[in-house]
Amino acid sequence: MQQIVSLLVENKPGALMRVTGLFSQRGYNIESLTVARTLDPTLSRMTITVDVEQSVRGQVIKQMNKLINVLQAADVTDGPAVNRELVLVRIRMNQQTRTAVLKEAEIFGARVVDSTTEGFCLEATGDPEKLDEFIDVMRSYGEIEATRSGIVSVSLDNKKLRLSPPIPRGAAPEEALELQNAE
Amino acid sequence: MSNLLSGAKILLNCLAAENVDCIFGYPGGVTLPLYDAMYDDPVKHVLVRHEQNAAFAAQGYARATGKVGVCCATSGPGATNLVTGLVDAMMDSIPIVALTGQVSSKLMGSDAFQEADTFGITRSATKHNFLVKNIADLPQVIHEAFYIAASGRPGPVLVDVTKDAFQGQAHYTPVKEIHLPGYRVFSEGHGGQIRRAAQMMWEAERPYIYAGGGIIAANASAELKALAEALDVPVVCTLMGLGGLAAEHRNFVSMPGMHGSYAANMGMSHADLLIALGVRFDDRVTGRLSAFAPHAKVIHVDIDPAEVGKNRQADLPIVGNVKRVLPKLVAELEALAPTMKAKNTAARAAWWKQIRDWKEQHPLTAETSATEIKPQHLMAEIDRLSGGRAIVASDVGQHQMWAAQLIRFNEPRLWINSGGLGSMGFGLPAAIGAQFARPDKLVFAIVGDGGFQMSIPELATIVNHSLPIKIVVMNNGYLGMVRQWQELFYNNRLSEVALSSFPDVEKLAAAYGFKGRTVDSVQEMPSALRDAVNEPGPYLLNVKVAPFENVYPMVPAGGAINEMVLRPPQPVEV
Repeated sequence: MQQIVSLLVENKPGALMRVTGLFSQRGYNIESLTVARTLDPTLSRMTITVDVEQSVRGQVIKQMNKLINVLQAADVTDGPAVNRELVLVRIRMNQQTRTAVLKEAEIFGARVVDSTTEGFCLEATGDPEKLDEFIDVMRSYGEIEATRSGIVSVSLDNKKLRLSPPIPRGAAPEEALELQNAE
Repeated sequence: MSNLLSGAKILLNCLAAENVDCIFGYPGGVTLPLYDAMYDDPVKHVLVRHEQNAAFAAQGYARATGKVGVCCATSGPGATNLVTGLVDAMMDSIPIVALTGQVSSKLMGSDAFQEADTFGITRSATKHNFLVKNIADLPQVIHEAFYIAASGRPGPVLVDVTKDAFQGQAHYTPVKEIHLPGYRVFSEGHGGQIRRAAQMMWEAERPYIYAGGGIIAANASAELKALAEALDVPVVCTLMGLGGLAAEHRNFVSMPGMHGSYAANMGMSHADLLIALGVRFDDRVTGRLSAFAPHAKVIHVDIDPAEVGKNRQADLPIVGNVKRVLPKLVAELEALAPTMKAKNTAARAAWWKQIRDWKEQHPLTAETSATEIKPQHLMAEIDRLSGGRAIVASDVGQHQMWAAQLIRFNEPRLWINSGGLGSMGFGLPAAIGAQFARPDKLVFAIVGDGGFQMSIPELATIVNHSLPIKIVVMNNGYLGMVRQWQELFYNNRLSEVALSSFPDVEKLAAAYGFKGRTVDSVQEMPSALRDAVNEPGPYLLNVKVAPFENVYPMVPAGGAINEMVLRPPQPVEV
């Protein structure tokens, strides 16, 4: 089944490699991945959709949380979250169907971002199922090419970000633990 | 006038601040600045003969002490040679820090001489790795590396440093604090869960402790002993956990798993409560997972949340450090004792009787023969000389299993072996690391004739430092474990497992400047071993054992652990 994982990651060299490497190492198949800076430029947000058995969903999150550059890993598959995707569709069709295509685009809330005598380039956003339908409809009008962004997700949960505090260097392990567990 | 130092010198200062007294390494082109700085630094550098053995020796050091072991290699081939040792440390959760040189940051990505993508290559081989291109980052990174390696679930950390970072000059300010916001260590365990666990323990009729490498890593032997005694429960220690509870302790059963004892495996299969402490339900322990401990509820205590519920669902998970959790468990047990302790007295007594019966029915005793040296006999003799107190570093294969079955370990950190990865060539270099860490201890390196030939170059390291390691080659002329499987599962078609042309060890040892001997008479074997131990320096003893002996009990791959094959198939009379 499809699992949607939202990660808050330190923007450090190799961070993306660690995440994707761990997925392939553990045999989790990535279906889509988006990554971009957050408001805090030292952090990135990744949204990853992955095809896994229901029973290993918890394991995926635990493995992500073990990565030192991952500040937070959350399973947003079952919400509360908003999941959206963007698709750019280039369609080439004959002159007669131009109006029909524009009508359909309007129904899906798609925008025309480029128009030529041969066809259009359309931009649509929505949940992935809606985009599937949009692509299917467009395909019925002509030759298309589609590029999807992969899902981006924002959790509607007010989950507090728990970060480890600084620890004095050379602190005895016990002391360090107490500092870690204080809060 | 100021404290302007080179990156190399800063790195050495950081190592000193981490109390590193010993580095196992091998120099090369890009680490020249580091080795130049080492020339007048007090840290001891041990020159090994192959980088893989630097990683294994660092592990031997770490396994024998619990301190972080350090190894060092140059860029390219030096770094790639470390990889097996890193993965090995990863699988067994051993804290080591590997320092590697990298080509100058300006040359990176140009396929420069001896350039390799060490950072990329070691991503999955380490708990965490760093690439340092800027001298300013060096001190922080080094201390973070040591902190990550040693804390939580320990593991290997690699720091790749470019040549220009070694060479640059910077003001050195000692690092005051470490800040890793995304690195969480769960150590305390949940109070409510601990209380429920104590209740489950008193309620159980057939409780059973399954203790692993986590006990050793956490230095929690005393805590394990206290729990075993408070509950008076049978304890099995896995291959990684041997010595976690003293072999001589009355509650100790033996090792479970593929080559575990009958009693240990039957206990697992009949227990109604499995108290799993610092273990990961490895396939070599569980056999067929669906048939493993079918009657047991599971309490799983582990410091790594990802291990809990990974292979076997825990009925009661406790994420925490066994060292911190077990004393709380014992306190809860004691608090509940007045009302609950007497509850299952009869059932508990019957359980203990059952365990003892299993032990008597099929004890792990060493077979001997009047005409040939049985490998089990050899292990029993080593056990007698050790008395449960010597460090035994083992290689991988049949000898490893016999040693684990038959040599007693009455303290933690005596049994040093490659458990998870099963790296041949591990034993001898690990013994070197262990002997450096524990000069006071008698150290045996028990190796097969296969693994020994992977580590012969390190004989030079042993001689260089006059390490009094007793190398015992259990020589059956075969890659015994592979042959055992070919015999049993591949119609006895022995493909590429015979090891002919083994060197004359007397000459081999003499060539390196120390003593060696081959013994093939069962009458002389005990005294030959004694002579080796009495020799003040290193000793290489080649013991020609019965070539076709196989390790039993054995759970065939995919079998349930109570479906053990207890002895070799016997010839049938016709």
